[in-house]
Amino acid sequence: MIETWNLLLGGFATAIQPANLMWAFIGCVLGTAIGVLPGIGPALTVAMLLPITAKVDPSGALIMLCGVYYGAAYGGSTTSILMNTPGESSSIMTALEGNTMAKHGRAGPALATAAIGSFIAGTIGVLLLTLFAPLVADFALKFGPAEFFSLMVLAFVTVSSVLGASMVRGLASLSLGLAIGLVGMDAIAGIPRYTGNVPEFIDGIEFVLVAVGLFAVGEALYNVLFEPKTDPGTRNKLSSIWMTRDDWKRSWPAWLRGTAIGFPFGSVPAGGAEIPTFLSYSTERKLSKHPKDFSSEGGKGAIEGVAGPEAANNANAAGALVPLLTLGIPTSATAAILIGAFQNYNIQPGPLLFQTSGPLVWGLIASLYIGNLMLLVLNLPLVGMWARLLTIPKPQLYAGILVFASIGVYGMRQSSFDLFLMYVIGVIGVIMRRFDFPVAPVIVGMILGPMSEKQLRNALSISQGDWLIFFKQPIACTFMVLTILVMFVPMILRKRGVRLSEDD
Amino acid sequence: MKIRFSVALRHAAVAVASVALASQGFALDNVKFMIGANPGGGFDQTGRNLGKAMVEAGVAKSVQYENKGGAGGTIGLAQFANASKGDPNAMIVTGAVMVGAIVQNKPPVTLANATPVARLFYEYNVFVVPANSPLKSMKDVLEMLKKDPGSVKWGGGSRGSVDHISVAMIAKDAGVDPSKINYVPFQGGGEASAAILGGHVTVGTSGYSEMQQFIKSGKMRALAVTSGSKLPGEPVPTLKEQGVNVEIGNWRGVYGAPGITEAQRKALADAVVAASKQKSWTDALASNDWFPAVLTGEEFAKFVDGEHKRIEESMKAVGMVK
Repeated sequence: MIETWNLLLGGFATAIQPANLMWAFIGCVLGTAIGVLPGIGPALTVAMLLPITAKVDPSGALIMLCGVYYGAAYGGSTTSILMNTPGESSSIMTALEGNTMAKHGRAGPALATAAIGSFIAGTIGVLLLTLFAPLVADFALKFGPAEFFSLMVLAFVTVSSVLGASMVRGLASLSLGLAIGLVGMDAIAGIPRYTGNVPEFIDGIEFVLVAVGLFAVGEALYNVLFEPKTDPGTRNKLSSIWMTRDDWKRSWPAWLRGTAIGFPFGSVPAGGAEIPTFLSYSTERKLSKHPKDFSSEGGKGAIEGVAGPEAANNANAAGALVPLLTLGIPTSATAAILIGAFQNYNIQPGPLLFQTSGPLVWGLIASLYIGNLMLLVLNLPLVGMWARLLTIPKPQLYAGILVFASIGVYGMRQSSFDLFLMYVIGVIGVIMRRFDFPVAPVIVGMILGPMSEKQLRNALSISQGDWLIFFKQPIACTFMVLTILVMFVPMILRKRGVRLSEDD
Repeated sequence: MKIRFSVALRHAAVAVASVALASQGFALDNVKFMIGANPGGGFDQTGRNLGKAMVEAGVAKSVQYENKGGAGGTIGLAQFANASKGDPNAMIVTGAVMVGAIVQNKPPVTLANATPVARLFYEYNVFVVPANSPLKSMKDVLEMLKKDPGSVKWGGGSRGSVDHISVAMIAKDAGVDPSKINYVPFQGGGEASAAILGGHVTVGTSGYSEMQQFIKSGKMRALAVTSGSKLPGEPVPTLKEQGVNVEIGNWRGVYGAPGITEAQRKALADAVVAASKQKSWTDALASNDWFPAVLTGEEFAKFVDGEHKRIEESMKAVGMVK
């Protein structure tokens, strides 16, 4: 343990060199900016910055690229809250409560809880990375297809909490998402499904595109078409910028729970950044003492529904560095490109990394602590400025949202087809809003559907068709038992006359 | 109006002439690379490294890259074939992955709509098992496979990839029906390595450079490489040395625009060959474990036809293509 601290201190000596501080700062600013823009994700940005590795020394470049990676996880929440436009797919859950809060004049507290929660989760995540990386990595390897599928089953069951007030409408939206998820080349057999011979559909439909279409374009068009007559502009009201004592009290536990869900998820291969945010949101919804605040209940937006998923998202980003640094295994697209950056310096992340490039890695880890602090300092003062954006008159604001959405989606792969598709999906979003169908379950279905199909088929292939594999392996079995508990315990409790604070 | 128009024409002619003068000494002007993948992947690295070497070799004045990912590179190929007809400075990066995507999805635009220029290099795969596996050699794996084809779980990249096809070829060579193999596809090398390290599959396969670190650190045991002879400096035996008559690699190369003349095609090939002798290119080869295999002209065209047939047959054997 003492040895770890000494190495970390050495790392700090590297990280606080002025040049490296500058690189960290550039990375953080850039990351925040691209996090704010929908469509332009950290993976693309890191890829575009790769050539810099030819000019800058390894510590500086890697510190900057990691800053971009981290900053994007911070910035993604901003547009979710303000404009209902998720900047990254992992901030979709944030939009649910965050945007409702913003509409009721509480954009400030929503942005603040996201920023502080990200800082706390990020810092705890890096601390866990410092102390337990090798242990966590060994545990993460135990996750194979069977374990993932059991986890997906748990996610599907708990996801009912995002379905909104009407179960039937929620399930209809979820099914639409599952259907959209089927489009494209099937991940196991490699056979195109529902592509209608359109080559753009072969890789499936990008969920950022659907999210931006449904949330941003749908929202903007809906407001233009229907809202002015019914709503005399509550959106532009701003009550308070800062978090109240009650906000703090409700955010704390949500931050910690979000961290506990997000970090392990980041470290397992093929985990993805979205599912922990779903799970965190479900958890907060179930545990909340203020269920009436949640947007699906027609409330004013529950702060824990922002705090939890945002913390989960950032802890997840820290967790993803565990397999990256200890095993050389990328768990996200951005991590894969970061590996490319290491390789440009002839450094191979993996089991030998801490031995071959110790000072560099410890410098990088130290810079993550510094980067987290920088992002907090950078983002908190911006809260007031961002929140004031909402006082922009509606026509200009919605026009701005449409411009942002178009640039972002076109930027993903310079495709006019994608742009067209986004507007088609936007119109679907308008229709769904008009008839009170929730849009979040579409995205949830799109993400969970193809992943669970892939893991189920791989798991059964590995077990040679034995369905009991999900109960024979300890981790998979734990998730299955948890699923059964989540399904039946409330029912049994209710039968025995125990009232829960919130019933679905 | 007429006069002014002809003046404009003359200006244009002068401008063209001066560009031609300025580019003297360069075999190619501003080379445009189409890369049918997003930045960061193998196609992208190939294109960017080659472009850099072409400028360094003085055979191209400047280089531009356009990334258009999707569907194994065939979306980029379609745009390339339509937009750059007859352009002597346009090239597209291609390889076994793109040929596989063409066989699999039968897109309207194929490599037949472009002009073959040169093959550049091969990447070879390695077969590995987790360090605690009882399997010590490819022979052990084959014995297990012959006894019960389903019991050997092969982990690798997506179906139809070089990883998958190599497994099908091994099964066929061992006299086992390739449609009976239990192939578990993962997305990306990372997921596959994790599944191998975690012992979720019996045998794994992926590019040698990706697996090297796990082999060196003793977390995985290498059973065989897919190259024709041992990789330089590595003790891992080939498949052939263990009695399996399979040699397969993931090659990459470049194609030119459709409708260019034979002389223009030769100019492109000469430029690529010149670039392949640059230090920056040989360094890129070494750091990525790419094995140079330059092939140009008609021989390259014939090679691609052969690859097309070979991949199609393998996909038919495993039931992916009818």
